[in-house]
Amino acid sequence: MTLRVQDLKVHYQTLRGDVHALDGVSFDLADGEIMGLAGESGCGKTTLGKSLIRLDGRMRHVDGTIELDGRDVPVADDRAMNPFRYHEISLIPQYAMSALNPTRRIGRMINELLRARGVRPATVAEELNRRLELVGLDPDVLQRFPIELSGGMKQRVVMVMATLLNPSLLIADEATSALDVSTQRSVVESMVEFRDRGYVKSMIFVTHDISLVYQMADTVMVMYAGRIAEKAPASTIINDPRHPYTKMLIGALPEVGTTTEDTRLEGIPGTPPGLLRPPTGCRFKDRCPLASEECSETPPLVEIDPGHWAACWKTGR
Amino acid sequence: MLELSHVHKVYRVGAFGGARLRAVRDVSLTVEPGKVVSLIGESGSGKSTIGKMVLGLTGVSAGSIVFDGQDVSRIRGFSARKEYYRRVQGVFQDPFSSFNPIFKADRVFAMIRSSYFPGMSDADWKQRVLDVIGTVRLDPDNVLNKYPHQLSGGQLQRLLIARALLLDIRLLVADEIISMLDASTRIDVLNLLVDLKERGLGILFVTHDLSLGNYVSDRSVILRKGAIAEMGPTRRVFENPCTPTAATCSRAFPRCTAPGPRWTRSWPRIRPRTWICPPSPRATTPHRWSRSRRTTSSASTRADPGAGPHRVSTGPAPATSTGSDEYRAVPEQ
Repeated sequence: MTLRVQDLKVHYQTLRGDVHALDGVSFDLADGEIMGLAGESGCGKTTLGKSLIRLDGRMRHVDGTIELDGRDVPVADDRAMNPFRYHEISLIPQYAMSALNPTRRIGRMINELLRARGVRPATVAEELNRRLELVGLDPDVLQRFPIELSGGMKQRVVMVMATLLNPSLLIADEATSALDVSTQRSVVESMVEFRDRGYVKSMIFVTHDISLVYQMADTVMVMYAGRIAEKAPASTIINDPRHPYTKMLIGALPEVGTTTEDTRLEGIPGTPPGLLRPPTGCRFKDRCPLASEECSETPPLVEIDPGHWAACWKTGR
Repeated sequence: MLELSHVHKVYRVGAFGGARLRAVRDVSLTVEPGKVVSLIGESGSGKSTIGKMVLGLTGVSAGSIVFDGQDVSRIRGFSARKEYYRRVQGVFQDPFSSFNPIFKADRVFAMIRSSYFPGMSDADWKQRVLDVIGTVRLDPDNVLNKYPHQLSGGQLQRLLIARALLLDIRLLVADEIISMLDASTRIDVLNLLVDLKERGLGILFVTHDLSLGNYVSDRSVILRKGAIAEMGPTRRVFENPCTPTAATCSRAFPRCTAPGPRWTRSWPRIRPRTWICPPSPRATTPHRWSRSRRTTSSASTRADPGAGPHRVSTGPAPATSTGSDEYRAVPEQ
């Protein structure tokens, strides 16, 4: 078991009180598993990705434990997290463009990063060139400034950079959202290849695009309003979703080939609840067509089939 | 209604504007009332530039854009321009930056009133605002008198469409209007576009998302490097793509019900070298944008086997010999 997150609660501190961005999230991530993390904006998926590596100033760890390869990850302690960062847990940020220093050549920036983490650049130089070749980049890019590269190239440079020390866990936060479809596909395939070659042990791929995670991920976890709605193997989520939210979310995706003449798709009425004062009970109950009295109690996340977890009273039994 | 014929756009790029970038080359298309035309392409294919030229936000380098018999690029003067915007409006990608965060969101309505309807009475105006808010299927209590940060992206985007509808617009340029919205609200905005289309509005829908383009549009225009690669009724373009660009787009697009196996390492690698810009535009190797000199001679156009309005270009740019008349003369299928 690579990663075990139990009852993680992370709040944002604001002047008007705490925003319960993550409210009791528990899941396991197996060795070699690519987990897609999907959900609407504001559901806490980016917060979950960030809290596994670095809590920024506004974020407060309230409760819960994180275990990576049997070792406890001290997320609340910024200093104690340092040995984990980059060596064990690594992050591909959302916009590769803003992750690269515009005033440094790529090669120099990578060297600085390695030295900051206590690694001598010469020891990994050969590996770096090999991996650049692997993702289809000429080692020549090390001599270039970020502005000379296209978006897809920058994204690949960041990916190679993030996985250079073979981290156990890679968090990719909307890593391909800024790319167009054909570049997106080649970047995503390189990511899967990195997993296959064992450069990263497991991966959490945060995205709002369910069809994209279906194409690359082994499992998909759908979050809603700071909680997990459903987690299942990718094909199960698409073909046999059990949580009403997942069902409606997938129902709202137009497929290539769907036109308004055939079917008219429906969105999900209403908006997600604010997390400053989250509602009690099931958080989806106000938008849920199946909601009934029992939904005023919080449904537990239960395993309804092997590997298929859902938090809904209507599916849980 | 809207007719683009042989439109080109050349940008001056580089440190001192010394280099030229041909963003749009020889694009001809028409938008009829009550039709949605999708412009689909990768980043840098010139789709947004076409939208901007239609809205008069940037000039046309060559060719003409005609709206109801009036050449858009020749509109001069404040009042003529204002009259044009009474009939043509645009909605853009990022609803959050379209609003001024200091003012309440419905100020955009008040600004329309002060510039276009100064003589209207308060009661009439209020009724008109409530009408358009109903049209975009928002609840007035939820959206009026609120600041932009209190509203969701979908609500803001629908408010912007409502703002456009306050005028008697006949053409809406929708530039990536749903790419920043969540999957659950996206479809509502798309359905709204379909409603507007049924009311006789012409819509130029700019997107990079194939399935969204397919969902709403009657005709699709697939752009590649600023030129039309393929154009025709949406269904035919998607079911029977004739150009590599359209086929690549269609295959690269992630979908949930893919017939074949999931993605593996099957996608062609982009080779190194070809992607890297040469160190300076004056280097001996041709710059990757400097194709314009070669295109006109190498371009060729072939008719779709099924004939009709489905037009295909095999070269990087379509031949100039086929005018826009060719595919309008054939009835829609």
